[in-house]
Amino acid sequence: MTISIKTALRAVAAPGILLLATACVQQPRPLYYWGGYQEQVYDYFKNAGGGFEKQIIALEADTEKARATGAQLPPGFHAHLGLLYAQVGKENQVIQQLETEKTLYPESAKYMDFLIARYSGSGEKK
Amino acid sequence: MNVRFCKATLAVSLLSLSVGCAAPARYDYTAYRANRPASIVVLPPLNKSMEVAASYGVLSRATAPLAEAGYYVLPVALVDETLKQNGLAMPDDMHNAPPTKLREVFGADAALYMEVTKYGATYAILASDVTVTANAKMIDLRSGDVLWAGSASASTAEQQSQSGGGLVGLLIVAVINQIINTVADDRSTQMAAITNQRLLGAGQLNGPLYGPRSPKYQSD
Repeated sequence: MTISIKTALRAVAAPGILLLATACVQQPRPLYYWGGYQEQVYDYFKNAGGGFEKQIIALEADTEKARATGAQLPPGFHAHLGLLYAQVGKENQVIQQLETEKTLYPESAKYMDFLIARYSGSGEKK
Repeated sequence: MNVRFCKATLAVSLLSLSVGCAAPARYDYTAYRANRPASIVVLPPLNKSMEVAASYGVLSRATAPLAEAGYYVLPVALVDETLKQNGLAMPDDMHNAPPTKLREVFGADAALYMEVTKYGATYAILASDVTVTANAKMIDLRSGDVLWAGSASASTAEQQSQSGGGLVGLLIVAVINQIINTVADDRSTQMAAITNQRLLGAGQLNGPLYGPRSPKYQSD
């Protein structure tokens, strides 16, 4: 009698645990490696006109981390890094980042072309 | 008398039960499904709160939930810069820009118009909470259709467990919270992130549908 209860309990418990385990596994995997991207965007708005070097260092570090893990950087990341390069006068790197954004995300093509024309034009910084 | 009273009580309780059980109305996705945007430009939110940082606090946290939902989200800082360079200094001006113009410059399929109604700390004797409340409306820039609208809120009050300590304990917690809330605006941006996740994340009741870059695209 006691044995049959134990067996019954086990039969109930096993799928229960399995369900629990799958519930944990099914936590959706993020599509992108976010790193500190959103914090840096907030910093950009908060310190309008300053702190660009620090933000560049943070995003470059995220680029390395994403590369090391093979993860994809989120929409806007490369373009934003390009904006930061523009603020410190690194024109070549601006275009490179905008082109990368366009390659990774063809949806951005129209706006990236607009920005590329703007930033490559006369070498102006803003 | 007694029977009538019982009947009345029963009727009232049945009514409250049916009201309590009524499922929230489902958003009508007809226009959304007909248009299926792939890219979204998020305009800097209108600020209806008392906090100056609200608009950009919420804007800087809007990309992640939409991108994880499967959309291409245009870089928010660059979009803000472009709008300003085109003479639109404030979010109010930006929200009044003609959709055709937005489509022309940004090439986006849809635009997201947000409004922040609460942002930051509210001070009281026993509790000091950081709350962020926002709403959003998604407009298709090709057809002009309203694709989706919603609102959400998040507060630090949800996380503070009222475990013991009595009145003195509560007062200490309140003081500590006030210090933390004044020192850092971190909590506001954290709450903005949660609000945006609840507002703009796909796969939840009445939220945006999954976008083309999500493996779950068209599954909802």
